Amino acid sequence: MDRVNVGLAKRYRKERRFRLFGLAAIIASLLFLVLLLGSITSKGWTAFQQTQILLDVYFDPLALDVKNLATANYASLVNHAVQVLFPQVESREDKRRLGKLISSGAAFDLQKMVINNPELIGTNQALWVVAKDEVDMFAKGYIPRNVPESERRVSDKQIAWIDQLAAAGRLKKRFNTTFFQAGDSREPELAGIRGAVMGSMFTLIVTLALAFPIGVAAAVYLEEFAPKNRWTDLIEVNVNNLAAIPSIVFGLLGLAVFLNFMNLPRSASLVGGLVLTLMTLPTIIIASRASLKSVPPSIREAALGIGASKMQTISHHILPLALPGMMTGTIIGMARALGETAPLLMIGMVAFIVDVPHSFSDPATVLPVQIYLWADSPERAFVERTSAAIMVLLFILLLMNGAAVFLRNKFERRW
Amino acid sequence: MGSGEIGSPCITGATMPPLLLVTLVFTLSALAYWQGRRRAFALMVRPAAVKMHSRPGYYGMLTALWCALPALAIVIVWQLAAEPLLTSLAMKGLTAARDHLSPDQQGLLINDLRNLVAGNATGREIDPLLQAAADRYIGMHQVSNMALAVVALATAVIAAYLVQARINPELRARNQVERAIEILLSLCSTLAVFITIGIVLSVLFESLRFFQKIPFFDFLFGLQWSPQMAMRADQAGSSGSFGAIPVLAGTFLISGIAMAIAVPLGLMSAVYLSEYAGPKSRTIIKPLLEILAGIPTVVYGFFAALIVAPWIRNAGLTFGLSVSSESALAAGLVMGIMIIPFVSSLSDDVINAVPQSLRDGSYALGATRSETIKQVILPAALPGIVGSILLAVSRAIGETMIVVMAAGLAANLTLNPLQAVTTVTVQIVTLLVGDQEFDSPKTLAAFALGMLLFVVTLVLNVIALYVVRKYREEYE
Repeated sequence: MDRVNVGLAKRYRKERRFRLFGLAAIIASLLFLVLLLGSITSKGWTAFQQTQILLDVYFDPLALDVKNLATANYASLVNHAVQVLFPQVESREDKRRLGKLISSGAAFDLQKMVINNPELIGTNQALWVVAKDEVDMFAKGYIPRNVPESERRVSDKQIAWIDQLAAAGRLKKRFNTTFFQAGDSREPELAGIRGAVMGSMFTLIVTLALAFPIGVAAAVYLEEFAPKNRWTDLIEVNVNNLAAIPSIVFGLLGLAVFLNFMNLPRSASLVGGLVLTLMTLPTIIIASRASLKSVPPSIREAALGIGASKMQTISHHILPLALPGMMTGTIIGMARALGETAPLLMIGMVAFIVDVPHSFSDPATVLPVQIYLWADSPERAFVERTSAAIMVLLFILLLMNGAAVFLRNKFERRW
Repeated sequence: MGSGEIGSPCITGATMPPLLLVTLVFTLSALAYWQGRRRAFALMVRPAAVKMHSRPGYYGMLTALWCALPALAIVIVWQLAAEPLLTSLAMKGLTAARDHLSPDQQGLLINDLRNLVAGNATGREIDPLLQAAADRYIGMHQVSNMALAVVALATAVIAAYLVQARINPELRARNQVERAIEILLSLCSTLAVFITIGIVLSVLFESLRFFQKIPFFDFLFGLQWSPQMAMRADQAGSSGSFGAIPVLAGTFLISGIAMAIAVPLGLMSAVYLSEYAGPKSRTIIKPLLEILAGIPTVVYGFFAALIVAPWIRNAGLTFGLSVSSESALAAGLVMGIMIIPFVSSLSDDVINAVPQSLRDGSYALGATRSETIKQVILPAALPGIVGSILLAVSRAIGETMIVVMAAGLAANLTLNPLQAVTTVTVQIVTLLVGDQEFDSPKTLAAFALGMLLFVVTLVLNVIALYVVRKYREEYE
């Protein structure tokens, strides 16, 4: 007993230390999670606001030819409107810099307004127009004032003008609708996620339409019909292995088979959906099988006992009971597919695409690929937009996983 | 440009009818269902009260199946066969005009023809002969589509008519329908095998073409990787710039760093969750940890490239170390974070599977909890834990986006985690994104790397699954 007591304190210390290690591991992991989400949120939330400048635009009848509204020089209208605000600016160089406060998208906005409503010509309108991304970055405080002029992208003069605008109440941060309504653009202030979100939607529709029926059918066959033999064993091993194969290999398959062999269009969401189908299929099959397995044999026996055929037993009794579990698995598989990037790079969905896709064969990009593309862009303003796009992506994923958890809790039965 | 005008109606001409046709076939099949069912009802009632073998719906389904399946089969076979046939027919006039074409030249011409037909204006001057061939192709294509529509729809209607005429009380409609559905289900399940075969074949064929240009052992044991140098064909064979060793070394370095983070953290989390944590904190912590696994890898890549890498660089500068901005450490660290939940949830399952009697026995001998864990539970769970770690390694090796965004492109053969290294997946992405010609060893090298990746992960997975399954059986 004494010999036990001698070491006891030390052993208890070891015990406490070990327990602490375990707790520390969990805390460290969770800390990483908080750090990840926190840093992205802190970088991204400002992108939901956009700096805009109030201009008094005079729709000069001399510059606007009623017959040829599409090709008029709207940029000069914008420049003129800015110069009116700063009458003291004289030199050409300064005027050029002044024009750089406003985004080039402002001219397109004016064009759209005039074409929709030609009566504006000859009138004076007070309009909020989108500021250039550097102004936006400065207004949000990402470009500090105290660094030397040569090291920042906004000159001292521009800062003075911005201050003047702000003092006059002509500079305001408003909700960034462009971000949700526009496609990709080289100009950060005009870039939006609409194109990528639509692309993701088309891709996921293809994936869901193919992977869910095929996955469920395969699971039903393997679980209910398949005889125990070598062939079914082979299929089982295959399904399990496919679930663990790196996603980029599926991209290689898509490139070799869908693009080179079958000549399907590059960058189309149809092909993206096909590749993601192959990738999510194993996940759905495995989840569906687990769900079928959890239906108790008594249901099966009761149905067979009153004379239902095997197929009737399955379609009338087992499938309805297993469906919530299958849906949960499918949603989780879809969430994985939504976040997938690498295989889509292989089939050309990385192209710079400005237009919002309207069909399955249009060139498209998806949300994660858009994030990848923006993360590569050098402009400071794209960092903010990348983080914001990540926030949108994570929010959608959260909704999907929430739906899966809800389904599971609502329909899960303990037999 | 002239070809654009011809091209655009052709695109709609080439893709729309099959879709429209399939829709039409399905509509016909719906009609056939209704007709078959009606006929079964009529038989049941009219002459006398006859007892049919199956319920009326099954007769409808049988008619619908016979209506749709042969027609759809015709559509698929036709679509597959028409394209090469038409191309060769269109090319016939072209090759007859130009004698002695090598297979390569012929392939090029076919490519040009395809581009022309698809309406991708090449910008080059269009050969009138080629243009004629393209016009011929488009003309024949339209005829072929029309013929297909007529044949498929006629088959659908005739088959449906014949079947519904055969409906009688003795027809075992239910059994036939169920048999058909079962075959359909089994076809779906074999798709998994076909995917694997597709992967193996597509990767293997391109790799074999690569190994015709670069000897296999030069690839596997070469010490230098610089695919961009191999611009000319005579250069590629001799320069030996397709040595995979530095790429593999970089992959294992980054995966090693990732595992060095993920294994201790994941394993300790699993131990704490299964042995110490109460059920309440368990239900909170486990899903939280699994969020880490649900975050898309591109988000981790962004985190690694824009937040962790600069942070490590600055930390290195304060200690007077020169750290590359694309250091292996940043990518490995973030990849480790991503892999924590894989290790922890798999190990958690394994630890939970250890029978309670082993624990009770150890406590009865006076061991503390940590001693029980270290000396009883972990050894008992070791095979399963090894399996889960192997699965995690295979995931780390195949992980793409983190390394594409945070690791480098230059293949340095180094063990220094502060330097930039490259990985297999990074090379595949950089070699294949953008314009590709499918004859250059540069593009084919990506497939060779893909094969390497596939084989390595497959072997790891098979071992891991085997070990885990074997272990599970032991305690069940």
